[in-house]
Amino acid sequence: MGFALETAADTASLRRVAIDPLSRVEGHGKVTLLLDENDRVAQVRLHIVEFRGFEKFIQGRPYWEVPVMVQRLCGICPVSHHLAAAKAMDMIVGARLTPTAEKVRRLMHYGQILQSHALHFFHLASPDLLFGFDSEVARRNVVALAAEHPDLAKKGVLLRKYGQEVIRVTAGKRVHGTGAIPGGVNKALTAAERDTLREDSYRVIAWAREAVELARRLHESNRALYDSFGAFRSSMLSIVAPDGSLDLYDGSLRARDADGAILVDRGDCNRYWELIFEEVKPWSYMKFPFLRSLGPAEGWYKVGPLARVQNCDRIDTPLADAARRDFLDFGGGAPVHAPLAYHWTRMIEMLFAAELIKDLLHDDDLLGTDLVNQGEHAERGVGIIEAPRGTLIHHYRVDENDQITRANLIVSTTHNNQAMNEAIRQVARTYLDGRKLTEALLNHIEVAIRAFDPCLSCATHALGQMPLAVELVDAAGVTVDRLVKGGEAARC
Amino acid sequence: MLSLQPPPDAAPVLVLAIGNPSRGDDALGPLAAQRLTELDLPGVEVLTDFQLQVEHALDLLGRRLVVFVDAAASGSGPFELRPLEPRADVRHTSHSLSPAAVLDAYLRLTGTAPPSSRLLAIRGYGFELGAPLTAAASANLQGALASLTPYLRGALPPIERQSLPA
Repeated sequence: MGFALETAADTASLRRVAIDPLSRVEGHGKVTLLLDENDRVAQVRLHIVEFRGFEKFIQGRPYWEVPVMVQRLCGICPVSHHLAAAKAMDMIVGARLTPTAEKVRRLMHYGQILQSHALHFFHLASPDLLFGFDSEVARRNVVALAAEHPDLAKKGVLLRKYGQEVIRVTAGKRVHGTGAIPGGVNKALTAAERDTLREDSYRVIAWAREAVELARRLHESNRALYDSFGAFRSSMLSIVAPDGSLDLYDGSLRARDADGAILVDRGDCNRYWELIFEEVKPWSYMKFPFLRSLGPAEGWYKVGPLARVQNCDRIDTPLADAARRDFLDFGGGAPVHAPLAYHWTRMIEMLFAAELIKDLLHDDDLLGTDLVNQGEHAERGVGIIEAPRGTLIHHYRVDENDQITRANLIVSTTHNNQAMNEAIRQVARTYLDGRKLTEALLNHIEVAIRAFDPCLSCATHALGQMPLAVELVDAAGVTVDRLVKGGEAARC
Repeated sequence: MLSLQPPPDAAPVLVLAIGNPSRGDDALGPLAAQRLTELDLPGVEVLTDFQLQVEHALDLLGRRLVVFVDAAASGSGPFELRPLEPRADVRHTSHSLSPAAVLDAYLRLTGTAPPSSRLLAIRGYGFELGAPLTAAASANLQGALASLTPYLRGALPPIERQSLPA
């Protein structure tokens, strides 16, 4: 087989037809810093364009198509949408899952948690944490990480590969999987699939333990910075298992206040709207959820690993629970609110996922043949799952023709909306010097955003290079400075 | 599984098509993958995904040629096949890598040069959620596949930098 370009004498001289490929990053980040009369940062507005058109996209489709279709919403956590929709459809068909179906789904979900957390820590956050927030931009990426910490980069990519293989064998395909269906799953594991995954599961746990230690060491090595960077106090929300233990697949809603006291416990997921209200603000397409019992001013909260690890009473796998207790000890009995602690808790969850995957791979129910059941059909279904970035809610209504008539989704980035704004506000107050935006400030804002890793892929599609823009607006409403970064920094 | 060794059965040619089937012309990549898969070309493996991530570097192990296929949001031509060299990305989210950055990740992870790689960029025009493929993009896809397929078979002159009339 011959490929002429390999033999071209001077490839640089060939005529170029400029066609830029699409950026796969679907969305953009824009931050507006609003100053008061004393040029202090009074308010921050993080603009992320939430996905629109979803209801139209899904309305009129038969309910059984939904778990597959919703994967098209997000290229980053399609499995989370797949499973949340499948859980909602379980209600629609009145199903109680068989042991095989539930365990296959759990395996799929924890594979997703493992691979997502590995990607975030090893390839998004680590360059910041290892090279420093002020290091040159060119160093703060996965390639620089691979160059200077090859073993770390290698383990990160292989952990991600392992998680994706778990997804492939449970969902049927590497992408666009169909494994979860209303009332169950459409395949179990074969013994060969289970054995292959099981063989590597111990090394995955060992690497996850190392990652927890690295995240902890980084935090402890510069506690003054890590504890204060972008820090703010808030309530915390997640689901927990009926016994209060950490469960990312199913459970009831629990909220704690900023001091750690339980505000809501055993909240019924199927009536989540009685606990949460979504406020609309005129400057943002994204809503601002809050706990009804506290109101909009006090009731906003954070979700995701930092909330989950502190919201639960324990973790039912030994290594992750030991790591959780170490983390709580670090907090000295008070909740840790530092955004950079997301990284540490994210690794505790990755270890939890690794241990659970290993345990599930020793459970013969994974090889069972009883895959689906159904009961009395209902018109409404709610599925809540803890996705890698936080609580994910899917809510649907169907008509008598089994077609979707209404849909409402609350993604983790929406739950964290106010929390992200607060983190950026704290960072801006610390690092904004005068009325001029600097590259250093932008870098620090990025670090704060990265701690939450907002799910921009759920946002609308933006073409070309994805920028992060920061605007500085004074008390008179005049934009006094603007800085845009998208691969290369540029002032405009 | 937990190694950087090339799989013994890796096909020499990999087509890695990128895009979301439900976002209008963003479906160009997955549709190209679907049609190439149906052709069952000898020595060619076809993979598709929503977007590129660092682990796609592992899919390049043991290949001789890799062709990334993606929708293009701008440009005049209906399609273009262009060479790719490793190049790092700088992004502020974990959400995607460019094809060149995947090659760079391969280089850094393995310490060896990535396989010879091309990007087939097919011009698209609309990318809204739930929108169908536009007629113009469909025509571009047809033209691109008509040129790419013999290229993959190695039977016809290459199409590097050729562009069909708009």
